[in-house]
Order: sequence, then structure tokens, then C-alpha cells
Amino acid sequence: MARVQLREIAHARSGDKGDCSNIGLIALRPEHYAALVEQVTAERVKEHFRELCRGRVERFELPNLHALNFLLYEALDGGGTVSLRTDAQGKTFSAALLRMKIEI
Amino acid sequence: MGNYSFMIRIANAQGFWGDSLEAPIEQLRGGPIDYLTLDYLAEVTMSILQKQFARDPLAGYARDFPQMIERGAKEIVERGVKVVANAGGVNPETCGEAVGAALGRAGYKGRLKIGVVTGDNILSRLDDLMARGIELRNMDTGEALESIRSRVRSANVYLGAFPIAEALGAGAQIVVTGRCSDVALSLGPSIHEFGWKRDDWDLLAAGVVGGHVVECGAQATGGNCQVDWETIPDLAGIGYPILEAEPDGRFAITKHPDTGGRVTVAGVTEQLVYEIGDPRAYITPDVIADFTTIQLEQVGKDRVRFWGVQGRPATEFYKVSISYSAGFKAAGTMTYGWPDAVKKARAADRILRTRLERLGLKFAAIHSEYVGANACHGDLLSGEPSPDIAEVTLRVGVRGDDAAAVERFTREIAPLALNGPPVVTYPSGGKPKVEEVVAYWPALIPKSEVTARVTVKEG
Repeated sequence: MARVQLREIAHARSGDKGDCSNIGLIALRPEHYAALVEQVTAERVKEHFRELCRGRVERFELPNLHALNFLLYEALDGGGTVSLRTDAQGKTFSAALLRMKIEI
Repeated sequence: MGNYSFMIRIANAQGFWGDSLEAPIEQLRGGPIDYLTLDYLAEVTMSILQKQFARDPLAGYARDFPQMIERGAKEIVERGVKVVANAGGVNPETCGEAVGAALGRAGYKGRLKIGVVTGDNILSRLDDLMARGIELRNMDTGEALESIRSRVRSANVYLGAFPIAEALGAGAQIVVTGRCSDVALSLGPSIHEFGWKRDDWDLLAAGVVGGHVVECGAQATGGNCQVDWETIPDLAGIGYPILEAEPDGRFAITKHPDTGGRVTVAGVTEQLVYEIGDPRAYITPDVIADFTTIQLEQVGKDRVRFWGVQGRPATEFYKVSISYSAGFKAAGTMTYGWPDAVKKARAADRILRTRLERLGLKFAAIHSEYVGANACHGDLLSGEPSPDIAEVTLRVGVRGDDAAAVERFTREIAPLALNGPPVVTYPSGGKPKVEEVVAYWPALIPKSEVTARVTVKEG
């Protein structure tokens, strides 16, 4: 077992819909998808983003793409046009998720 | 590459209004294409266009589009490339006329037919709809529209792809729409060319997936791609995506030869998961697509094949995007240099907030961030910045209903240049600008309440 940062085994893209941010997380190699499913839970992602996301986190699985999709509610300070943040649309949240560490 | 019985090439050249002005011309000149699609309408765009239309009945559409048609007229007319764009904004008819005028200026007056799709704009019908019990409740919060009715700026239904197919079927070579689903721009051509029916759920879903991959332009061809980004060739000359659609719902994503960028499974997968919700139910006006059924494979250099997509019947509702005025905001910056840059910026923030308080200014929100230290990922994930960091930019924003208070805030930033912590510089160009906040109100409307209208005329 080794502790790795997600950026070593996955890539991601994030965007917005209103005040909700979506982060798609994709395993770089299919054999790492199971570890993502097991360890990158909605609860853990909520904890990881506790400073930025005020609402709940929902997770969906796309086994065909070796990918997970996360929805972070109330995560954009009111949403793209309302938000006072530099990253009002959560475009950099993908990389923020890749900071997380898991065991493989 | 496979043996295609019949295939059409649909090239996207605009992911949002403000995207590359050269991409449409390069898509037209870089190799064979059958269709050119351009997406101009972000959510914020409609309220801006509605404001322009209120001042000038001949405005309210994407003026970039007729200009693009004029530049590309030779290829469009002589090679018979069809063009589909949601450039119509809140005034598709006038946009259609401007396209005709642009073709005339290029020397092609009366050479082709222009189709216009309307019926998406329900701003003038809101009171009637509400009086008949259609509450247009906010899909996120459940509130009825009544609570913000007086502040509504625009209201547009996301129409589907069939009106576009109808316009093409009536002989239009250029189709201008108002609001429609982003994927409709490329799904419409497939419906028209292949004769897909309204209940061909799997085929429509395949068209939706193809449209989703190309709708954000070069985000499908190496732009914003996290995998090996440093080795992606010639981003300066990046090729925009081309969807090679086939009648049976299989398709490939590629780009013109000798263009920059890269089409890979990794890159298009990033785009597939971009701005989606439940992947089993990607809801569009025409079909519900199941993204967990998508199969894809790299079948050559810069070519990814897709197959296996399944769909389910569409819902009885259209989505409506309503924009409304929600106060004012402004943000200003000051940059602090080494040493102890973050410490100085934090001190400046405390000083500024104290002054705002002493002035008695009230805001719904004040937000401070330190660009270079925590602006993207926050304090927790970014960690404590080094005291030796070369510089950091303090960025403070305020938001509130009181325009005068927001205006007064913009006068409190610059004085920090002389009366706050040292080693400070600031952007030229004076005080920050006060902006009206336009917020979004997503709602649903029964499809029976909406009629798309298609007109096709000689250009």
C-alpha cells in the first residue's frame, strides 16, 4: 500500500450549473478506478471541500469511462454571475480535488 | 478509420461568445466539412442581449455572427457548407436579416436561404403563464417566480433540435436560433440528414453525446486537458473539433489535419464529464441520454470513435432560463511585494474592512482573497503561504442591493496605495467598476405551452 495524491493516478475537469459545481474525476489507468470508487466517497469530498462547499455532495459512477462525477451544492458563493470569487465557476475545483490523498 | 456508408462532418467553431474569431474561418478552410456550428449563448448573454434590445429594437443578437458570415461567405456559398448558430439571442429575426445583408456585402445576395427559429422567448408571456397557474418555480430552491417577478430581465426556453432540422429540411443553408439546447446545434443536422425520428431514443442520445463533446469547442481537442498538457502540440494553432456523424448513431471526434492540439480518449473523457449531473439521465429537450452506456476507443491519431449510446424518452417539460436583477457588485485589487507580502495584504484587508464599517456601509457579502496564495482553492487546501512569496494580490469584492454603498466601496481601495502597509502597487485604470448582478432562475414549463416557429427566406 502506498499513499498517493490523486493527481498521480487521476485527472479531472470541473464546471458549474448555477451555485452547483460538478467535478468529473477520471482514473488515468483502469486498474485504479476501484480505488477511486472505494475511497473518494461523497463524504470524503464534502470534508475535503468544507471551506468552499456549504451544501451536500452527491456522487455518481461511470464505470464505462472509469470516472466518477461529483456534484457540490452551494459551492460557488451564489453561482457564476453572483459570486465574488476569482474562480466563480469552480473551473479550478478539478485540481483542488486532485490534492486529495488515497491508498493504493 | 472504418467503412462509412454515409457520414457527415459537423465542425464546431465557437464554445461561447468571446471564443476565437479565427476558429470558424479555419474550420471552413482547413478541410472538408458539411456543417459549421457556433454556440454564442452563455446564460449571462441573454440578459445582456435583452438589455441591448430594450434600448434598440435592431439589437439583441450576437453581432460577431454576421461578421463571421461575411468573412466566410465564399467557402459557405461555393462549397455549400451549412451553418447553424444560436446567434439570434433575443432577436433572431433581425439577426437573420443581418446575415442576409452580410452575404450581400460579400457579393452573394439571394444565393441561399436563411432559416430562423423563434418561440423560445417567453418574457412577454410570463404574467399570462403565471395567471394560468404555471408557477415557474426555481428548480433549485422551489420558490415561485412571483417573488422576483418585478426584477426579471429575460426568460427563454431551451428548445430542442427538431426546429433546426425542420429549417434545414425547408432548404435553409444558414439557420439562426435564439435559445436552444447547446447540443441541438449539431443534433439538428443529424436529424435532418439521417431522418432520425422523435422516438429514435438511442440515435438521438448518440447525437446528444456527440454534441456535448464538441459544444465547448477546443476543450475536446486538447484545450484545458490535464493529461500530458505540456506535450500537446501547437496550442497556438489548435484545431477545433469535428464530429463525424453516421446514421446508425456511431460517430467519431477528430480535427482538421495539420492543426494543433490533440484528440485523445483522455481529453474527450474530460469533456464528457464536464458540466453534467446524473450521468444516467442527461436531460435534453429531445431525449434523456445515458452517459454510462458510452463506449469509446482511440482508432487513430487524433480520432476517437464512439458507439453504444442509449437513450430514454424525453420529459414533458422544457427547461426555462430566467435571468433577474439581484443587486450590485464590485471587486478591487492591490498587489503587495516581498517581504511578508501575505501579512501586508491581510493587514490591508483588515484596514479596508474597518474603514467600510466606520463609514456605515452595509453589504450582503464581502469576500477577500489573496491571489497567488489562496484564491482558487481556499486556505485549507492551499496551506500557509511562504513569508518569502514574491508578491500576492489582495482582491476584495462586495455585493449588495445598495448601489450607492457598492459605489462608495470602490473609492476605498486606491487610498491604500498611500495610507496602508508598504511595498504596494496597484493596477492603473482607476477605481473598480460597479456591475449589476444578474442571477439565474432555472424553471420548467410544460412543452404544450411552447411552440417553436420556423421561417425560411431567400437571403
